[in-house]
Amino acid sequence: MSSRPAVRFERVTLSYGARRIWTDLSLDIAPGTFVAILGPNGSGKTSLLRAILGLVAPSAGRVEVLGRAPRRGDPAIGYVPQHSSFDSELPFRGRDLVRLGVDGHRWGIGWSDPAANARVNRALGSVEAESYADAPIGRLSGGEQQRLRIAQALVGDPQILLCDEPLANLDLRYQQAITDLIAGWRDRVGGTVLFVTHDVNPVLRVVNQVLFVVNGRWAAGTPDEVLRSERMSALYGSHVDVVRVHGRILVVGESTESGFNIEEPHHAPAAVVDHGDGH
Amino acid sequence: MDQLVGLLGYEFVQNALAAGFVIAIVSGVVSGFVVARNMSFAVHALAELGFTGSAGFLLLHLSPVLGLLAGSAVTAVFIGTLGVRARGRDVVVGVVMAFGLGLGVLFITLYKGYATQAFAILFGTITGVSRGDVLLLLAIGAVTLLALAAIYRPLVFATVDPEVAEARGVPVGALAVVFLLIMAAAVAEAIQVVGVLLILTLLITPGAAAERLTPRPGLAIACSVAIALLCTIGGILLSLVTNAPVSVFVTSLSFLSYLLARFAIGPRRTERRLASVPTEARSGPAPTASKTG
Repeated sequence: MSSRPAVRFERVTLSYGARRIWTDLSLDIAPGTFVAILGPNGSGKTSLLRAILGLVAPSAGRVEVLGRAPRRGDPAIGYVPQHSSFDSELPFRGRDLVRLGVDGHRWGIGWSDPAANARVNRALGSVEAESYADAPIGRLSGGEQQRLRIAQALVGDPQILLCDEPLANLDLRYQQAITDLIAGWRDRVGGTVLFVTHDVNPVLRVVNQVLFVVNGRWAAGTPDEVLRSERMSALYGSHVDVVRVHGRILVVGESTESGFNIEEPHHAPAAVVDHGDGH
Repeated sequence: MDQLVGLLGYEFVQNALAAGFVIAIVSGVVSGFVVARNMSFAVHALAELGFTGSAGFLLLHLSPVLGLLAGSAVTAVFIGTLGVRARGRDVVVGVVMAFGLGLGVLFITLYKGYATQAFAILFGTITGVSRGDVLLLLAIGAVTLLALAAIYRPLVFATVDPEVAEARGVPVGALAVVFLLIMAAAVAEAIQVVGVLLILTLLITPGAAAERLTPRPGLAIACSVAIALLCTIGGILLSLVTNAPVSVFVTSLSFLSYLLARFAIGPRRTERRLASVPTEARSGPAPTASKTG
């Protein structure tokens, strides 16, 4: 693996119209790193992934993916989008979803192809999804669909895996299983993972680096460096406590009412996670 | 039976069956995508504005079939460029449809020909198509199927999994417009059999029935084509024997095939398939997460 960063942000600013999502982000992500991207809703976590995918262009600065400018459809990137459910009657199987990852972007019909089928089977095996690969995809549970999405993202042998809230809507057991799958891939092939999540705890064991984005500002480093009361207070611009309980990290802000967890967006009052124009 | 064999000697019967064959194949393939992309309302609008185009062409003494195609194609472009986003689409469709249908009323009022022409467009004219019409329908059908074959894989990707398709470089927005044009051609074809008002019987029902029969996408399209063929050819033959309009039989056969697929055949197949799936919870998809970032 070369020392060239897998993803590099150089003083990147991203805005939608007049609204700045984040400013002056500079960060090198080394190959083989598992990065958790944290922050309240609306802080631009998904936009960060879209910039790497070449779907949005930064208004200032430069993004580099494996030493190149980002380009749409880069086969070196696997993408697990935010959960969206499939219609329960859709005539489509998990196997077909994974096949899209092989050649779904090519023109033409794409008849059955033994080489492609073999790759699909290997990918299904690597996420242990063989047993339900032939059932209608809309009838599968959220955890099963998520495994299939990961197989789809990995079937093209990417070097970078972008995951957008892959643990949302999953219970603890599946959160663990999905995390292990992704970390296992990272360990096996030395790939890079950018993992958007609103709760760092399920991935804490495997995370090398944390990028926390709030109100257009950001902080990056190891979890121990970033998830500290001083750093988080500076980031939020108000007093924030980072509490470690039973091996879990809770980021708790001051509040007029009882304490709340900033990482749970539905608990956070607007005053603290306000994602206006920044300060 | 003898009566039927005798009828097959007539040229108008041969024309009707040949046209019906082509139309059914196009409708069957397209309806699978219409159902998966949830575009019933757009189909209806394309048909009604096909009527406007057809009435306009009649007024100018041009081919009503080409008029249909022109009307629905112009509508497809309007809907495609004004309402790409799913939520806005139905609104745009409604706005465009209301205006276009108003024009159709004007054209048909100005037209000094027979009211039967208008009736034929509204309820289907398949037993009245000429050899020239058959060739025209064949050409439109062939172009439509070729276009669909060319974009098949990325269209499936964009239909089932738009976010990842976009990330993989599939031109999701452009494909939506191209598919609307393909739908416009399919609508112009299917109107020949069942007319504007009954268009959904060929462009929704076969696809909706087929998806109850198999979870395999390719096989679902084959089933959809088979159902469309059965309804169209069956409908034409029954109409010839009984003298009742073709539309009556096509819609009945199509509805029957849906009921059978949904309540008799489909459930057993699905249950069996799910029973073979062992462990993880069978609670169905979790609610959609709110959009972050």
